[in-house]
Amino acid sequence: MTNPADLTLAELRDALKKKEVTSLEATDAYLDRIEKAKALNAFITVTPEKARDMAKASDAQLAKGEGGALEGVPLGIKDLFCVEGVLTTAASHILDGFHPRYESTVTSQLWCDGAVMLGKLNMDEFAMGSSNETSFYGNVINPWRSESGGNADLTPGGSSGGSSASVAARLCAAATATDTGGSIRQPASLTNTVGVKPTYGRVSRWGIVAFASSLDQAGPITQDVRDAAIMLKSMAGHDPKDSTSVDHPVPDYEAVLGQSLKGMKIGVPKEYRIDGMPEEIEKLWAQGIDWMRDAGCEIVDISLPLTKYALPVYYIVAPAEASSNLARYDGVKYGLRAKDYTDITSMYENTRAEGFGDEVKRRILIGTYVLSAGYYDAYYLRAQKVRKKIFDEFTDAFSKVDLILTPSSPSAAFGLGEKTADPVQMYLNDVFTVTANLAGLPGASVPAGYDKQGLPLGLQLLAKPFDEETMFKGMFALEQAAGANKRPKEWWGK
Amino acid sequence: MSIDKETVRKVAKLARIAEPEERLEPLAKELSGILGWIEQLNEVDIEGVEAMASTVDVKLPMREDKLQDGPTGGGQPENVVANAPKTEDHFFVVPKVVE
Repeated sequence: MTNPADLTLAELRDALKKKEVTSLEATDAYLDRIEKAKALNAFITVTPEKARDMAKASDAQLAKGEGGALEGVPLGIKDLFCVEGVLTTAASHILDGFHPRYESTVTSQLWCDGAVMLGKLNMDEFAMGSSNETSFYGNVINPWRSESGGNADLTPGGSSGGSSASVAARLCAAATATDTGGSIRQPASLTNTVGVKPTYGRVSRWGIVAFASSLDQAGPITQDVRDAAIMLKSMAGHDPKDSTSVDHPVPDYEAVLGQSLKGMKIGVPKEYRIDGMPEEIEKLWAQGIDWMRDAGCEIVDISLPLTKYALPVYYIVAPAEASSNLARYDGVKYGLRAKDYTDITSMYENTRAEGFGDEVKRRILIGTYVLSAGYYDAYYLRAQKVRKKIFDEFTDAFSKVDLILTPSSPSAAFGLGEKTADPVQMYLNDVFTVTANLAGLPGASVPAGYDKQGLPLGLQLLAKPFDEETMFKGMFALEQAAGANKRPKEWWGK
Repeated sequence: MSIDKETVRKVAKLARIAEPEERLEPLAKELSGILGWIEQLNEVDIEGVEAMASTVDVKLPMREDKLQDGPTGGGQPENVVANAPKTEDHFFVVPKVVE
């Protein structure tokens, strides 16, 4: 029999139900891979005992012919989700030793459906980054390497870099992730994986360490589109503990895969053709348009003139919300407390100086500045108004089209250290993804091809709010047409 | 707009982050770079536009005013203080605040 860790989540689910493999065998196969893949630094914490206990419990269920939709399937969990009794760090020094006494809604739903936890995945500190270079626990390395660039380490994208790298290297059947400005879709694009950011309100944020509350949304990173459909069904749903969670039925996303796209209208926004975008991405996008046309879709040219303002809006709104959310890290309630201080103010100041990394500090300072007296109207209020205009622009576009097709990221995976010198250069990575967060729309990245160096490139689909089903139909069609299902050459195993 | 060293000092104080003197100048440069790039928002006509704080168009839900069960409920001080760096009898311990 093949290694169970080589199966997709759907294949493993079916093999477990047919008793062709046990959850413990699959779990051990993954734990063995994780052990050998330390060079990727994808995990912050591995939980082998918990994993084996959960696997044994799943095997008992499966033996009786029972169990949930994910019974026995081993998953990786981004270290932003609170898991009861398991170190949860948000990849920050300031959460040292934090063992939550409660379980996030998303993970509790996954466990309820029978999933097994392998461990907590590395990420950018507090999800602030696009290259996974801001983690207190070190960079995550992309399993993909350039065919002509020697052995240079590349970024797996960010902030969900541990999620994307671990799925690409098959260190887990699938992973949870979160997306505030592109943190699911950009890493998926850079690692040949599928990433889905659902509609804002689709998935509960309760128990997820908050970054920017009006933008944060959790979703899966998976090996293929079917796996993403299965994961999202388990993760989604109304939660009274999150006041922005929407009470809307969760459809069976898997059931729509393979349905006809005939007559569907696909919008192509001309503003996503940006200066300096590699020709290969432009070509891939054109290819994607042809694939959708071949699938029976009508292609509609649309205009979203405010696109270029989305990132500047984001870099006011997100830091403003972050500066407020991160005020809770004060050395009193959890995590780190500085050793040297003279009074309560210096205790706060020294704790936060020691505990936060440079990018997090930068964003807290920006957020504090744009919310401070005298600047609130000029920055924060203006940004919220431009956000409304961007939202309206999308509402208008979606009155004419069913889906919007764009590239996922303006470049393939780049070298670690290549963009760290200039924050704005790093921020530009999210130029195609951030609009969906500002407008609250669902978006997904699907592997679509490779550049000259053999590095993966993704295409993005955006859909109407709560119309993930149409998005999944389109994603499946793109996946079938592209057939971009290569795996990275395994250089990291010892 | 560019921000100077003194503004960084003030903002860092507001944010309760101790920034050493030698970091203030470089931070002023970094933050000015970011804010300078953000300035392009001034090109957008926002006359009469309503500010948007959330994309979810629902009223905040209300619940009955009674103690919840489970993790959001009461009566579990040991869980509340479990992760605190310093505690005593279910209290958070901090440096003296009132003389």
